[in-house]
Amino acid sequence: MDGVTNVKFAGLGGQGIITATDILAGVAFAAGLDVKKAEVHGMSQRGGAVTSDVRFGPCVLSPLTPEGASDILVVVAEDQVEINRRHLKPGGVLIAPSAVDAAKLQNRKSLNVALLGILSRHLPFPESLWIESLHAHLAPALHAANDQAFALGRAG
Amino acid sequence: MPRYLPRLAPGLSGRVFIMQERKLLSGNEAVALAALHVGLTRGAGYPGTPSTEILENAARLGVPCQWSPNEKVALEVALGVAFAGGRALMTTKHVGVNVAADPLFTATYTGVSGALVIVACDDPGLASSQNEQDSRRYAEAAGAPMLEPCDSQQAYDYARLAFQVSERWGLPVILRMTTRVCHSKTIVRSRAPEVPRAPSYVQDIPARVMIPGYARTAHRRLRAKLAEIAAWNEAEGPVTVHARGADLGIVADGICVCHALEAAPGATVMAVGMIYPLPVERIRAFASRFPRCAVVEEGDPVLSRALLAAGVRIEPRPEPYRFGELDVDRVRRLLAGETAEPPPPPPGKPPQLCPGCPHRTSFDILKRLGCIVAGDIGCYTLGVMPPFQTMDTCVCMGASIGVGLGLRHALPPEQARRVVSVIGDSTFIHSGLTGVADMVYNRPPTGHVVLILDNATTAMTGLQEHPGTGRLLDHRPAAKTLSIEETCRAMGVDRVTIVDPTRDAAGLEKALADSMASDDLTVIVARRPCILAVSREAKAAKAAKG
Ligand SMILES: Cc1ncc(C[n+]2csc(CCOP(=O)(O)OP(=O)(O)O)c2C)c(N)n1
Ligand code: SF4
Repeated sequence: MDGVTNVKFAGLGGQGIITATDILAGVAFAAGLDVKKAEVHGMSQRGGAVTSDVRFGPCVLSPLTPEGASDILVVVAEDQVEINRRHLKPGGVLIAPSAVDAAKLQNRKSLNVALLGILSRHLPFPESLWIESLHAHLAPALHAANDQAFALGRAG
Repeated sequence: MPRYLPRLAPGLSGRVFIMQERKLLSGNEAVALAALHVGLTRGAGYPGTPSTEILENAARLGVPCQWSPNEKVALEVALGVAFAGGRALMTTKHVGVNVAADPLFTATYTGVSGALVIVACDDPGLASSQNEQDSRRYAEAAGAPMLEPCDSQQAYDYARLAFQVSERWGLPVILRMTTRVCHSKTIVRSRAPEVPRAPSYVQDIPARVMIPGYARTAHRRLRAKLAEIAAWNEAEGPVTVHARGADLGIVADGICVCHALEAAPGATVMAVGMIYPLPVERIRAFASRFPRCAVVEEGDPVLSRALLAAGVRIEPRPEPYRFGELDVDRVRRLLAGETAEPPPPPPGKPPQLCPGCPHRTSFDILKRLGCIVAGDIGCYTLGVMPPFQTMDTCVCMGASIGVGLGLRHALPPEQARRVVSVIGDSTFIHSGLTGVADMVYNRPPTGHVVLILDNATTAMTGLQEHPGTGRLLDHRPAAKTLSIEETCRAMGVDRVTIVDPTRDAAGLEKALADSMASDDLTVIVARRPCILAVSREAKAAKAAKG
């Protein structure tokens, strides 16, 4: 579709995949774009494999990104990288969990947000929108740790 | 005022619309917002993926909502609200419509004085269900008009339209959604709220008491209403034609509209919003404009069969596309007439019981004792997965008890003794109680053992309350708590034992082994809260303290 950016998140239940894509969708939404986000709830959340698509641009049709058409693939669990590689389009950007130095995270559970920080470098949205969306989707008690994680990823 | 005009990446130029009223909502959130905006009197339902968040979100918006013990009761409560002249919403996953089918098929006869909208959420592809049944079949079978949104905007619009149709013709209306529509987030612009009239009782015995004499008339009345609605749908019902090329026409419903628009950029797509009664003449006229007209639908061939039966010239869908969810790639192949599909991608990591889940001990013990487990539905169905692989049957909610009893009656005694019915607390209240009545009434010679895994929540669907948790849908305390053990004792079960599987695994094992060896009717309640529920409550308590 013309001008549509497709980002796919993959990982395991409990890793904050849905929160991460909510934050990303919130950013694209606040930027005034059309946005569609797909996710699956239920059985797949008990530690099973989870993926979630965010598509944004002037006009998005299906909420599901066609096979092999993801511009950016963000994987939160190392063992999910290979299984999900097929979603990436040729020349697409893979952001794997190894891109973050986990030892530097204030809270290890913020890996999803650190990866959003890396993702943010590839997208044309200002940092303020990211921080706003981050805070809108996380409980206040978690803001500090996640701000740190996001900054870590964004600094690269 | 736009807060931010995006500096667009090269690919991102084009129409950028910025409006104050936009919201990014899931289909479920959009229905909840519509419930608020129609001034809903009451919503009732039973949790079930992908429908659960409708009532949870409506309650957060301040709409009165309740979890009922099961879908049948929920629909009856909603029907009562609508008999009172109120606006009622009932929510359920697809298989819950089976449970509620009895009141549904006669509620279309009685009709309603207020409005009654049933949201039935299907799960093609089985993201979290035991079958792929297609609720569109119910619309025709029960005679209930059915609307089908393709995204959150339509979920909002059609939910509101469903209330209008229901009120205008005095009929229950079904809003059918699927997992993708329920759980995808898309942009919604809402409209001004309405103020409905206040409920007040008006007696109407012939309309609401379905003795044969009144029901015969009611059936004719239903058919007359449906004929009027069909005429309305032909004239001004919710049909959208996305006019593009002239070579291929596509008739689609629900999420398939979105996939088809993307998969076939040159095709003209007719999105049918009300699929029962179907606007056949509009579709016939549409189809006749194209050299080729295809139907794109998920699940059973409901649209295509109805159109072919009416003699509309459409291409039916190749059979493989009946299975699973459609997406852009599959719709492309469907339109190309490909019947061979590529092998499915390797399965992702399967779900498992959480580490520390109290169900784990129970399955360790069931496995060790060599039980034949008549299982049920909930997190504990994961007892079928390694390392346990300790579940022998799982059919529908509540079936563990009936199936377990059938096995006990049929098997030779040494095998019958190994049969244990395993059921969760929410499932037990949903549809296990009548199984216990049968156990007490038609006692198997070897007795029977029912193991209730009471984790004090409906964990599977995201930790909802039920009559046994002592809290209401919004987690406020309920006036009374249903006691599972007292209920079983009162129903005539010989022995009711309560054990904490985490603290006293040995006690649980002994209780199970003893009951299997005896000819008693035993209920063992393995009581230990779900660890996710415990941590959610701890968080809520911390937040309440500030
Ligand atoms: C008729 C019907 N309604 C709803 C569902 C969805 N559902 C499956 S299991 C379940 C309840 C699970 O709760 P419980 O029995 O307490 O087990 P837990 O998940 O807590 O272990 C629900 C709501 C369903 N499968 N069938
Ligand atoms: S959510 Fe609760 S009941 Fe379900 S697997 Fe996890 S701990 Fe067990």
